[in-house]
Amino acid sequence: MIPLTVNGQARQVDAEPDKPLLWVLREDLNVVGPKFGCGIAVCGACTVHVEGQPVRSCSIAVGDVAGKSVITIEGLAGGESTLHAVQRAWIENQVPQCGYCQPGFIMAAAALLKGKPRPSDQDIDDALNNICRCGTYSAIRRAVHRAAAILGGAL
Amino acid sequence: MKFTRRKAIIGGIVGGGFLGVGFWFARERDRLGNRTLFNLKPGEAGLNGWVKISRDNSVVVAVPRAEMGQGIQTALAMLVAEEMDARWDQVRVEDPPEDAVYRNVDILVDGLPFSPEEAGTVVDVAHWMAGKLGGVLGVNATGGSTSTRDAWVPMRTAGAVARDLLLRAASRKASIPIADLVAVDGEIRRRDGAKVVTFGELVDSIGDLAVRPPPPLKEPSEFKLIGTSPPRTDVPAKVTGTATFGVDVRLPHLLYAAVRNAPSFGGAANGFKLKQGALPEGVEKVVIVPGGIAAIGKSWWRANKFLDEEVEVQWQDGPEPKLDSATLWKRYEQLLETGEPALTRTFGSESRPDKVQTLTATYRAPYLAHTPMEPMNCTAHVREHEIGRQGVEVWMPNQSSTLMRLVAARTAGVSQSDVTVHTTFLGGGFGRRAEVDLVRQAVTCALAMPDRPIQVLWSREEDIRHDVYRPMALARWRADLDVGGSTPKLTGVAKRQVAQSPTDQFPARVIGLPAQGKPEGNAVENPPYAFASYRLDAIVADGSVPVGFWRSVGHSHTAFFDESFIDELAHALAKDPLALRRELLAGKPRYLKVLDTVAREAGWGTPLPAGSGRGMALRASFGSIVAQVAEVAVTDGKTLQVKRVTCAIDCGPVVNPATVRAQMESGIIYGLSAALYGEITLAGGAVEQGNFPDYDAVRLADAPVMAVHLVDSGSSAIGGIGEPGTPPIAPAVANAIFAATGKRLRSLPLRLS
Repeated sequence: MIPLTVNGQARQVDAEPDKPLLWVLREDLNVVGPKFGCGIAVCGACTVHVEGQPVRSCSIAVGDVAGKSVITIEGLAGGESTLHAVQRAWIENQVPQCGYCQPGFIMAAAALLKGKPRPSDQDIDDALNNICRCGTYSAIRRAVHRAAAILGGAL
Repeated sequence: MKFTRRKAIIGGIVGGGFLGVGFWFARERDRLGNRTLFNLKPGEAGLNGWVKISRDNSVVVAVPRAEMGQGIQTALAMLVAEEMDARWDQVRVEDPPEDAVYRNVDILVDGLPFSPEEAGTVVDVAHWMAGKLGGVLGVNATGGSTSTRDAWVPMRTAGAVARDLLLRAASRKASIPIADLVAVDGEIRRRDGAKVVTFGELVDSIGDLAVRPPPPLKEPSEFKLIGTSPPRTDVPAKVTGTATFGVDVRLPHLLYAAVRNAPSFGGAANGFKLKQGALPEGVEKVVIVPGGIAAIGKSWWRANKFLDEEVEVQWQDGPEPKLDSATLWKRYEQLLETGEPALTRTFGSESRPDKVQTLTATYRAPYLAHTPMEPMNCTAHVREHEIGRQGVEVWMPNQSSTLMRLVAARTAGVSQSDVTVHTTFLGGGFGRRAEVDLVRQAVTCALAMPDRPIQVLWSREEDIRHDVYRPMALARWRADLDVGGSTPKLTGVAKRQVAQSPTDQFPARVIGLPAQGKPEGNAVENPPYAFASYRLDAIVADGSVPVGFWRSVGHSHTAFFDESFIDELAHALAKDPLALRRELLAGKPRYLKVLDTVAREAGWGTPLPAGSGRGMALRASFGSIVAQVAEVAVTDGKTLQVKRVTCAIDCGPVVNPATVRAQMESGIIYGLSAALYGEITLAGGAVEQGNFPDYDAVRLADAPVMAVHLVDSGSSAIGGIGEPGTPPIAPAVANAIFAATGKRLRSLPLRLS
């Protein structure tokens, strides 16, 4: 059994240690917000936070996150009624189209803003190299800046 | 206007005064549906097949089209809410059951031989006839940028009929003459504004009221909701991670299946050997499925790894197991010279001037994969003891529940009434999810393990290597310039093009209809330009590579050929590309307004730094006219950056401007990914690419700044928006590269070195 904390809850997983975290979340823990897109850490749809850092969960073994804290899109909001600033900004800017890649983008954006509260366009380009086939990029850029403003105290 | 043979036939059938006064309503009434059709639950009252009200005061709209990001749930719900005078925050959407009233008529109409600018009785009648045909076939499909065009009248009519019912119910309940009542913001009020009753309070008051013919629909000037951008219905679930895509379907005792498809197209698995002699723990069964082999187990990851490491498959080759791209291009080059056209189109009359200069240019476009972000999947459950009674259940992100149901029934050997198809959110569609390969494989797996739901999921590599591709295509344009006078003049133009035909392959692949050898309709649409003479020879290539519908289909390559050549012509004639287009579109004010808008907004003709350039392209497709100007910068002669794209669209009446803008940006990015990186090549009968590193997509860092301008030319014909943004971007960028560097790139993807 491998212990890990997912969205604040202690869990024990009966899985092979080399099974990627993504598949443990989706298959063993029924946490399906993180998405499978490429399986090789390129597209970013599977992005979650491990100990606060953005991680491509399709390419990290569950054995390597034993005992660590994992936050997924389902656990990003503070509570049922309090969305994270990034989620609020995403709704205000009506970012998603098909929506499949958005959990990955949102998790990557939330991690970026923790380290860089006022990111430049260049910072955003560097941190958010995920793929969106619907082409929501300009809305994503607007929403990241808006989320930074919300976190900075804007209404 | 030329009167083609096909039109003569249609005209003949309906000639002789068939068109009566009641015709219009007869057509729409066919699509209204009765009041019990739409999944009624306790506390709900159906008003017609498209809308029900609930005691909690919500207005629930039936949206039978697949939501794949295009915002169709929102747009279609707006049509009903507008005519009903519902409040947007009380509107919810729900999937209706499979029924003929929800069929998509326009997707069939688009198969008819009319160009978009034609209108009038003949087209109208063809529309009606296709409606009848649609009723017979019962096609529920999402594609061809048709959903809003198709729903524009029927769903507004449904809203108007519903409002009429609510007004009469309120009149009866409150004993107030109907003439004194109005519907406003989800309430029935007296004309002086006093509230009488909310919609939700009328759930038990509809009773036996009969549906009456609809009151006149609102004039555009009366719209309150249409033309605005209310919040999308699907956004909250998509930012909290609760939206259910096909891969997120979770059922009790669910098993997962990984698949390997036969390496060459049309191949199959003949048998397999387990390297360890027995199935390892976690893998429950290996099944030969149509086109390949599947491993079923408790973990998809484990089953997928097992296929990689522990199984030896005896593959049966497809018909062309040695095929490579170089051989294919040679075949196409030969066809371009000597192939027999499947279709020839001409207009104007050819006349050869005494002194003529001929300009020719040959263009190429490669095969393209779709790569929707959600890899291909389908979940199926066969209840063995229940076959014959809704025995097959399918959950699937798909673009045609009708086709999925048909193929699931055929695969399981049951009747269609024994199959239920649930359409989830689609993590991208782009045409790929009209295909039936996944439902075939999933039902085959489920038949092998009855009473267990099985989720078949392909890896990204399977997705890229076993797609149905945008056809590769080769075209040669020719123009005759009269050089007898002081300045050269354009006389006639002609194009020969070679490509496979998705509309020929699709019915054969899906339901076994014989191929007709006809080119795909979008690939042979006439250009809007008033050339003195025009000739198109379209040659249909055969071959085993599967081709399918890829966002904008034939326009995705022919727009590149046509709009690149117009740019080349402009330079040969020493004219500005905008000026030449304006000349050739002189009698077409809608096109001119789109062109002038994009030129003005892009600063066409204003200076740019050295190494930068602007390029323009124009394309009418799916009932809309789109023009784009791309601005590029080329550094060191080899590094290309697309800095800015300005886009103008005339799609007729705009339901939701934010959605139109989003779809234009989406179409531009999708087309730009293809223009810059997209190329599927073959070697040894198999696709050489396998995942995003070698089949890349535009990222945030490469995404241009985009500005979209909506052009209102007063047209009342509603156009599509899902696809028309894609075709112009490749030629706009190629033309901009020429402006920046003098280098003419005639092959996609656009590579500077």
